[in-house]
Amino acid sequence: MYGSIAAIGAGLAVLGAGIGIGQIGGKAVEGIARNPEASGKITTTMIIAAALIEGVALFGVVIGLLGGAK
Amino acid sequence: MDLILPDFGLLFWTALVFVLLLFVITKFIWKPILSMVNEREQKIAESLELAERTKEEMKSLQAENENILKQARAERDGMLKDAREVAAKMVEDAKTGAKTESEKILAAARQSIESEKAAAVAELKTQVASFALEIAEKVIRGELSSDDKQKMLAEKLAGDINMN
Amino acid sequence: MPLKIVHILALLMSFSLFSSGTVYAGETEEEFNVGEMIMHHIKDAHEWHLWGPDHGGTSIYLPVILVDGTSKVFSSKHFYHGKEVSFELSKDEEGHYMEGVGPAKGYALYHEKIYKLKNGQMIIKDGHAENAKPLDLSITKNVAFMFMSVILLLVILFSSVKFYKKNGAVAPKGIAKFVEPLVVFVRDDIAKENIDAHKYKKYTPYLLTIFFFILVCNLLGSIPLIGANLTGNITVTMFLALCTLLITLFSSNKNYWKHIYATPGVPMALLPIMIPIEFIGIFTKPFALMIRLFANITAGHIIILALISIIFINKSAAWGALSVPMALFISVLELLVAFLQAYLFTMLSALFIGAAVEEAHH
Repeated sequence: MYGSIAAIGAGLAVLGAGIGIGQIGGKAVEGIARNPEASGKITTTMIIAAALIEGVALFGVVIGLLGGAK
Repeated sequence: MDLILPDFGLLFWTALVFVLLLFVITKFIWKPILSMVNEREQKIAESLELAERTKEEMKSLQAENENILKQARAERDGMLKDAREVAAKMVEDAKTGAKTESEKILAAARQSIESEKAAAVAELKTQVASFALEIAEKVIRGELSSDDKQKMLAEKLAGDINMN
Repeated sequence: MPLKIVHILALLMSFSLFSSGTVYAGETEEEFNVGEMIMHHIKDAHEWHLWGPDHGGTSIYLPVILVDGTSKVFSSKHFYHGKEVSFELSKDEEGHYMEGVGPAKGYALYHEKIYKLKNGQMIIKDGHAENAKPLDLSITKNVAFMFMSVILLLVILFSSVKFYKKNGAVAPKGIAKFVEPLVVFVRDDIAKENIDAHKYKKYTPYLLTIFFFILVCNLLGSIPLIGANLTGNITVTMFLALCTLLITLFSSNKNYWKHIYATPGVPMALLPIMIPIEFIGIFTKPFALMIRLFANITAGHIIILALISIIFINKSAAWGALSVPMALFISVLELLVAFLQAYLFTMLSALFIGAAVEEAHH
């Protein structure tokens, strides 16, 4: 029971991160479409931002893991 | 839970290995590699600059070459033109020379013909004169062979004079 | 080609690991426990388990180094081949620990941690051992893996340096051709990009070192049999993040602290809120670095193992048709993640260092 609640939590964390990274990706594509010369810089910034969000999501996953491993 | 709890033993070894690694590869690897890379980049930059310079030089050389070529071409054109002129003049000269010569020859020929003709005419005249004289002599001889005829002639001549 | 080998190995590894596991499970009528197997893999151990059942399978027994008054060095087989002691963990669950024999006498191994026996006994309450722990400086699986990775890294790097020594500053060939673009990438796109132009040189060696260390450990870690979850271990990532934090703090200038204690452009009234936030920010940034690397690599290992486990959960090789291609896909993704995480760790370290040494320009 404990594990499954943790799994729901991990799922929620992943959901949030998914939305966030999706937003970043979409905006980055828009930005590149508008200004193709800046694609290199946009890509780098996008990856960093995505990684930051992913880091937060992974906090959730770790908590989920801890719950599951209990 | 021990998944997220640090372990002292591993921390100790990680620290030892990482710090050693940092020192060893900074000294023996990153410094030589980075200096080599820098050196090469400098070399490449220099080579590029040199290439650029050479290109400029080539450009100016090319312009110079073009100039020389242009000049040479102009010179050649001039020479050709001169040669053509000279040739034309020579031909012209030759033509006029030949014409005068031929005219001269013609004139000479005409002159000789004229003189031949004159000579012939003169000869003919003398011939005719001699013939006439001969005839006249013969006629006169015939006329004057008798007295009658002498008289008749004299009369006739006198008649001619009268009529005049 | 190497990738192919990796995946063939992955396949062999997973089959050998699990097949013998299932045989073992079949013999003792014990259910195959995926969670336990995965946790066992991603955590550190005193043995290098290759295949076969948990106890009695084929393992490389690594040296145990204990500092407990005097220092003791002995092989970990004295634990793994020791006496298995079972006890009641809860009503319907049984736990067990390994009591050491021979030179390991007086110690016990419980959940891969070494405890000192108290009157020849382990005292375990709610699954937590309450015995004293000796200072354990053992060459564990992760430590051995780290040695191996570092030796491989040194071999690669020294051979590329040898190339330059031999040929001078020419276009690289061979292994140098692989190393140099990465070095130039770290220098130009990470160090130069984030740190002041006349200061980046001082930090480039550190950035290069963490980049290559993480990259090699990540990549080697995804090779079955020889891959340990080193960069997915919180201790290692904690140490690396700590290094970045210390470098940031020791190279910080006045401008950096001014941004923390009197952020320009923030009204005075907000400062009581901003200062604690900014101050905590000093530590949350490396903390996030630590968690990010740990969680990414651990998650990768877990996903691959879980996918392969599908076969053994369903006890049918036919499930391999589903799980193997998926595991292959995730493995390839993990190669990307290996590079990406090495890049991100280095990049964010450079970003933090860059912020700490930045001069005021407004």
